[in-house]
Amino acid sequence: MESKNHYDTIVIGGGPAGLTAGIYLSRARVRTLILSEGTVGGQMVLTHEIANYPGVESINGYMLGNIMKKQAQKFGCDIKSNIGIDDLQLSEELKRVTLSNGTTYTADAIILTPGGRSRTLGVTGESAYKGKGISYCATCDGDFFTDKEIVVVGGGNSALEEAVSLTKYASKVTIVHQFDHFQAFEHAIEEAKAHPKIQFRMTSKVSAFYGGENLEAVDITNVNTNETERFKTDGVFIFIGYVPNTEFLKGKLDLNQRGEMVVNAEMETPIPGVYGAGDAIAKRYRQVTTAVGDATVAALAASDYIHKLKSKKKSLLVN
Amino acid sequence: MLYTNLNHIETADQHATIINENENVMVCCGRMGPMCIPVYGIMEELEEEYGHVKFFDMEFDNPEAHVIRNLPEVRGFMGIPFTIYYKNGKVVKATSSIQSRDQVTSILNEQFGVPVKA
Ligand SMILES: Cc1cc2nc3c(=O)[nH]c(=O)nc-3n(C[C@H](O)[C@H](O)[C@H](O)COP(=O)(O)OP(=O)(O)OC[C@H]3O[C@@H](n4cnc5c(N)ncnc54)[C@H](O)[C@@H]3O)c2cc1C
Repeated sequence: MESKNHYDTIVIGGGPAGLTAGIYLSRARVRTLILSEGTVGGQMVLTHEIANYPGVESINGYMLGNIMKKQAQKFGCDIKSNIGIDDLQLSEELKRVTLSNGTTYTADAIILTPGGRSRTLGVTGESAYKGKGISYCATCDGDFFTDKEIVVVGGGNSALEEAVSLTKYASKVTIVHQFDHFQAFEHAIEEAKAHPKIQFRMTSKVSAFYGGENLEAVDITNVNTNETERFKTDGVFIFIGYVPNTEFLKGKLDLNQRGEMVVNAEMETPIPGVYGAGDAIAKRYRQVTTAVGDATVAALAASDYIHKLKSKKKSLLVN
Repeated sequence: MLYTNLNHIETADQHATIINENENVMVCCGRMGPMCIPVYGIMEELEEEYGHVKFFDMEFDNPEAHVIRNLPEVRGFMGIPFTIYYKNGKVVKATSSIQSRDQVTSILNEQFGVPVKA
């Protein structure tokens, strides 16, 4: 199939995994389109400093994303970001992606790299008070809470480390965590427990947000007794982990219980010509390096698949 | 320093000139952080499509950004970026914290009109 909307490969997601796939494929002259719902760079742009990407001593995540983008474009990769995907057909030999503006693209292979995002609580008042007392980023918004009393929700490394860093500003930090123990490194737990400004509400969850123009209080519910208390606070920081961005794949591709894609060592999903890479696949360690590594394998495997598919089509024409 | 591809506003005087000399202006006042960068990215992509709107950023920690930080419309905002939409020099809309492309375009369309396709 030859049309300007047909590509050898479409990559869904423009984080480090998607951009790496774009670099490898385009450099191998495999016509490639990257479609990304968010900003190119993915979660990397959320990172002030990446100090563990080999070969680069220290770099801002936004800059690293920009370099990867330029590298992919230099090899001829097309990139469309901030798009919405309305429909996706993976099971046929010819894959189809329809955008929310109605444009349809086809491809012989698809590499899925949608990554993940911060989990939200999804309770009453959360969206209304975002930016008006509720925050998901301590380094961005911490200084708005100078001398104020705040709540941090979560019990992992991010929650405990950010709670400690927020004590630079806040007069009191209450950590609300749903279990009776933390899922963080021992040193992070010890530091938080030893801090005079930090208090704990264990086996508890934030069940609603209240206020006028700004957030003024939260409901804290004890998960054992179900008792709820209205708790006055000036701000809430939420650090409750990440979820894979795979909702759009439900019913199109088998996902595991956590909503992750399951792939083999070649990054193949059970559907021929469909590959998965990066944070959205089932794996233990989620880093830029692992995303880049997965995507390299996926791109090489997809390139091989396309080569074989084209040879098969050619021999059918000859015979 | 904001290292985006947007035009930057550096001073309060420059801010006043820009909002008074242009009918439709969107200014994103933030830092190079996770809540701000996605908004800059969206603005960079909308610049071409929304030719009738001027897009700028301004560094939140620049002392001159008091012209935005002290606007009555941002009273109570506790999340960056502060994004301000001006029509003929007047604030017509202001948002706090990260926004999606859909949220930004719906404000642009409502306040400044849908772009005319060439
Ligand atoms: C605050 C923070 C700090 C971190 N620090 C480090 C660090 O120092 N070092 C390190 O190695 N790693 C770090 N990480 C982890 C690292 O950023 C991730 O492991 C990596 O970005 C994963 O890459 P990815 O391409 O798989 O996914 P992402 O980076 O999540 O990119 C996925 C992309 O796909 C897009 N997308 C999602 N859904 C769709 C859809 N339906 N259609 C189209 N596009 C879609 C998203 O908008 C995004 O652009 C950090 C992460 C965070 C959040």
